[in-house]
Amino acid sequence: MTTATLLFALLFHFAAAVLAVGLAYRIASYARTPVPLKIPSTPAPATRGGVVLRLLREVTLFESLFKGSLWLWAFAWLFHLGTALVLVRHLRYFTEPVWGWVAFLGSFGTAGSLAMTAGLVALWLRRPLLPPVRTISTPSDHLMLALLLAIALSGLAMKHAVHTDVAGVKSFFLGLMTFSWKPLPADPLLWLHLGLVAALMIVFPFSKLLHAPGVFFAPTRNQADDPREVRHLAAWAARLDA
Amino acid sequence: MAAEIKAPPLRALPVAPAMVPGAMASSRPYVASDKMQQALGFPGELLPDWQPRALAKMGELLGKYRSLKVFLDACVHCGACADKCHYFIGTQDPLNMPVARQDLMRSVYRRHFTLPGKLFPALVGARELTREVLDQWYTYYNQCSECRRCAVFCPCGIDTAEITMAAKEVMDSVGLGQKYPNEIIAKVHRIGNNLGLPGPALANTLEGLEEDVKDETGVDVRFPVDEKGAEVLLVVPSADFFAEPHVDSLIGYAKVFHAAGIRWTLSSHASEAGNFGLFIGSYEQMRKIALRVREAALELGVKRIVVGECGHAWRVAYSFWNTLAGIGAGGNDPFARQLQSQLDPDFRQPTHICELTWDLIQRGALSFDKSANDHRIVTFHDSCNVARASNMGDTPGGQFEIPRNVIRAVANHYVEMAAETTRERTFCCGAGGGLLTDELLDLRVKGALPRMEALRDVADRHGVNFMASICAICKAQFGAVLPYYGFKAGMVGGVHQLVSTAIRLGTAK
Repeated sequence: MTTATLLFALLFHFAAAVLAVGLAYRIASYARTPVPLKIPSTPAPATRGGVVLRLLREVTLFESLFKGSLWLWAFAWLFHLGTALVLVRHLRYFTEPVWGWVAFLGSFGTAGSLAMTAGLVALWLRRPLLPPVRTISTPSDHLMLALLLAIALSGLAMKHAVHTDVAGVKSFFLGLMTFSWKPLPADPLLWLHLGLVAALMIVFPFSKLLHAPGVFFAPTRNQADDPREVRHLAAWAARLDA
Repeated sequence: MAAEIKAPPLRALPVAPAMVPGAMASSRPYVASDKMQQALGFPGELLPDWQPRALAKMGELLGKYRSLKVFLDACVHCGACADKCHYFIGTQDPLNMPVARQDLMRSVYRRHFTLPGKLFPALVGARELTREVLDQWYTYYNQCSECRRCAVFCPCGIDTAEITMAAKEVMDSVGLGQKYPNEIIAKVHRIGNNLGLPGPALANTLEGLEEDVKDETGVDVRFPVDEKGAEVLLVVPSADFFAEPHVDSLIGYAKVFHAAGIRWTLSSHASEAGNFGLFIGSYEQMRKIALRVREAALELGVKRIVVGECGHAWRVAYSFWNTLAGIGAGGNDPFARQLQSQLDPDFRQPTHICELTWDLIQRGALSFDKSANDHRIVTFHDSCNVARASNMGDTPGGQFEIPRNVIRAVANHYVEMAAETTRERTFCCGAGGGLLTDELLDLRVKGALPRMEALRDVADRHGVNFMASICAICKAQFGAVLPYYGFKAGMVGGVHQLVSTAIRLGTAK
């Protein structure tokens, strides 16, 4: 057991715990916070089924963003779709045998990583180049893009230039999941890639990446438009009627 | 303030304007006096310990409103909203970009309520809630008309109006209230309407209207007030009682009821559909105002509640009255049942006057001489609160179709403005959200820019000379700002003003 293996094993256990507990805490706090008024942005569906479809369109097609800015929509969609394909591709490091749909969708992994990278570069270029976006950008907005881009580029480098021992990586992660630690290949580029991914997992529940769960909890999108048919009353507001 | 108020030039292309930082830094509405504040239960002036109290209030609101909590977390600074706000387009001040306006509160939220903001404030754009920041809140949250246009385009569904309302609630709670809405809310509590028109004066005004209509048409059209046993309680914005062009729509409603043979009444207790509690984000104030309508309905024993032409009033009535005052259906608690058992379940409760008129038209209960409106070439301005925060009829989008259907049923010449400025993408008139006050005229003129561009286009191409709207604030605002853009003030009017012109009295049934 090398020092690197030990460090990365501990790091990933820690990062996974922060991500899971942090996200669960955040989601629970969203779910627990009351929604005293009906505020769907209209026109809105009148039924739960309609709301589910609206949210599905929102998170898969970015419907609202499409109405707002075609260029931004294209870059954002490229990045998110690419990232989704890359994540699916990486499921092969955590499953044995690899599930059929993972193997199938994973075959688009390289295309996904290129789309992810292109999307990130475009999204990052907007920040300094477009004056309104430059004005609203904080250092953390740039750092987040830098982090994601570094993850994508280090991954691409291992895939296409400086190959790493993927069998060894898989054995390490399968071991992590059963708490029976296996050695991690000694490869500085791999260490960089994994270190950055762990950093992303740790900052996730404390950052604007919370837009991922947040979009499902936005009352403007997830409420059915039926205020005249159903009396909607939060607990703290109901006490005023008594 | 600025010496002379001038309209900004119309843009050749509808793209984001160049930014002029600080352009509107000196635009501030009058602060509420201690008497106005105390009338609403708010501190009279800015408290010495305002900072911890403001933060405590923010914490309280974060626990009461999921919208606020999620919206402060979820923004990714993508900028999709940046060029969508009429105030940014008209003023070019970067702090009028919706995301920048949100960040005025988000930065404080990060600093005081999140770990990264406590550890690395500069990195995440976190700021202490200092006096300077509070003043910025007062300046720029009073340049948001809570119109929700930004929310249409936000990929995360963030509605700046929710954040503006929270900021106003925090400021009220530490003694920094805005004069215009707070003074008006106190008048509603005391007298029953925003104008402070007492019962006898109201009765007098309505008598005068009966005489006017009799002189003009020869028909006895009634304007009843406080009549027990009427079927319909009509609640209208109080501007309808005397201001031009508002009163012409009131005459239109009365003629519709007359022609259809529906017994109706106004109420001197609830003589106001407007609810400025919405503008200051106060659930309690909004509820207290809505309860007057409940009380009037119970007292008068009406079967239906109908709301006149008023944008934010319709948002509150349609979306919130059931919650706030049990006016609606589906309530199964004693409070809701008391009123809901009295109201007629065969009708939508509450009903918009356009829904009522359109239902009557479809049933053939009204007849019109459309040629009476032939001197008008009409377009329709969707009011923000109707368009993006309510509905009419039974299908999504009814809030767009029904008023248009009514217009086309009573007028021969109708033209649409550009699609990117109507329906859910409509631009605010520039004075919603409690900003319809004289000291903000510069802001209001600039905020009207995108709507004026669209109107100029149809006026030049189609000769449009009448812009109909169903909102008292839109009507008052356009009446004031149209001349700055070279239009006649009388170009704006109500949908029921058109109905009033064309309706045939005494022929129905």
